[in-house]
Amino acid sequence: MNSRIGYVAFNTFREAVRDRVLYNLVAFAVLLSGAAILVGEISIDIERLVVVNLGLTAVSLFGVVIAIFMGIGLVSKEIEKKTLYTVLSRPVRRWEFVVGKFFGLTGTLVVNTFFMAIGVFLALLYVAHKFEKADTAVLIALYFIVLEFLIVCALALLFSSFSTPLMSSVFTFALFLIGSLADDLRGFARMTHGLTGALATGVAYLVPNFSAFNIINQAAHGDPVPGRLIAYNTAYALLYSAMTISGAVLIFQRRNLK
Amino acid sequence: MTSARRVNMVATIVLLISLAGGVVTLHAIDQMALVSPAQQALYIRSTTVLRRMCLGYTGLLADIYWTRAVQYFGFQHFKGSGDFRLLAPLLQVTTELDPHMLPPYQFGANFLGPKPPNGAGLPGDAMNLLRFGIEHNPDQWRLYYNLGFLYFTEFKDYAKAADAFERGAKLPFTNKFMPILAAKMAQHAGEFDTARMLWYTTYQSTKEAAIKENAVDHLRALQVDEEVTQLEGVVEKYRQQMGHLPLSIGDLERAGFIRGTPEDPNGHPYKLMPDGRIEVQDPQSIFFITKGLPPGMASPTPATVAAKSQPKS
Repeated sequence: MNSRIGYVAFNTFREAVRDRVLYNLVAFAVLLSGAAILVGEISIDIERLVVVNLGLTAVSLFGVVIAIFMGIGLVSKEIEKKTLYTVLSRPVRRWEFVVGKFFGLTGTLVVNTFFMAIGVFLALLYVAHKFEKADTAVLIALYFIVLEFLIVCALALLFSSFSTPLMSSVFTFALFLIGSLADDLRGFARMTHGLTGALATGVAYLVPNFSAFNIINQAAHGDPVPGRLIAYNTAYALLYSAMTISGAVLIFQRRNLK
Repeated sequence: MTSARRVNMVATIVLLISLAGGVVTLHAIDQMALVSPAQQALYIRSTTVLRRMCLGYTGLLADIYWTRAVQYFGFQHFKGSGDFRLLAPLLQVTTELDPHMLPPYQFGANFLGPKPPNGAGLPGDAMNLLRFGIEHNPDQWRLYYNLGFLYFTEFKDYAKAADAFERGAKLPFTNKFMPILAAKMAQHAGEFDTARMLWYTTYQSTKEAAIKENAVDHLRALQVDEEVTQLEGVVEKYRQQMGHLPLSIGDLERAGFIRGTPEDPNGHPYKLMPDGRIEVQDPQSIFFITKGLPPGMASPTPATVAAKSQPKS
């Protein structure tokens, strides 16, 4: 990786740690250990199901919230504090700044998810007393959640490159909601015809498809995940992030920072 | 070329390639049709819980549940499965979230009642759904019509069917067939005519493509059942007069029993079998027929035909 991109990425990560972003891990640990102990007391035969569902949902939601609220300030905060001018004056180029910020943010989330994943598996071990083969689906579900973060980070960065933090958070969150219902959206598109059908299909394919990344239910039931889906989801997340970051670079290149 | 231009060009190329690649990948993901039993589960059946969870936006949630119900039925039907166990709860949740949404009641009347593989085989649930609908929409003639239709087709309860049609006929805005249907039910006469009128009204009174298609299939089946019954009657008359069975449909025409060669709705002439029965040329192509089938063959339905055409995994 370009050393300047690495430098921006590392500083973004350091800033996140300084902003006490990783403190969410404490809340996560309390939530999951509380749930694991409580569910063991009050439920019959669904302890594993509850821990996986609750754990993976929390990993996903905590991560998305961090991605949105950190991502939207990545560019605007630098402009506001006037630190961007120092960074861009030399020798960092604008595209390197955008790409570096993206890697820094995703790096923060990967580290965050890594610790949360340890929490999920510890809670699983507590309720089931052993690991099973079906737990590999939990690992794959966690991988898909990280892929989901790549897209959310890229979207937050895209909006941050031209909009205010408030509007960026609204846009990103709205796209996250729409993307989570992407299956239904494509279902609607299939039911329409003519110009409406073409427009609906276009929109359905343009918005991010988060529903394919959500295999929490299958993971909870220990259903196998096809290898093809892992390959397709990986390709899709990388392509969609590349597309969004390219858009952010194009906008940021043209932005008048005076 | 300046550095900024080069960056812009590379970013544009990456954007376009990623967009195209993303669409292709997403299409490939769609093709996998990832519907596992876990995804097909309906986790929340309590409308009270759903109402609280959606913060009062029940209309939108009802729309989403209705779309899920249609997609669920379409998917199961497409793969030829006779398992529609989630259809009743999906429709129930939809109508409880928005009791004034009428299409789910019509859908339920048409697809909850019939036996698998063409429906869920739950006429009781269909009746409860319609009663709930009438309770909340007492001025909608379509609901009384659907209830009467259900009593006629699934329960063969002519008195209750007549009562439902009569109540619907008394509404200020009703359909011209409602009083006729009420009278026909009361007389319990002319099964073919009554059934034809029912399916015709169903076809007329809905915008739902699946319901329309189902009505057309039943109307075609009624035509075949009626024509085969008439033709077999003519064959019997021929036998009584001539002392032997006709060798072909042409014999009936030449002897003046029929005019022209009768054809099924697909335009194929009916076949006269050596034992005097009448059969259609391609029984798989006309759904729901009960007459004109080879001996021992069950009435074909879209679901059974779809199941046969699915590739074996």
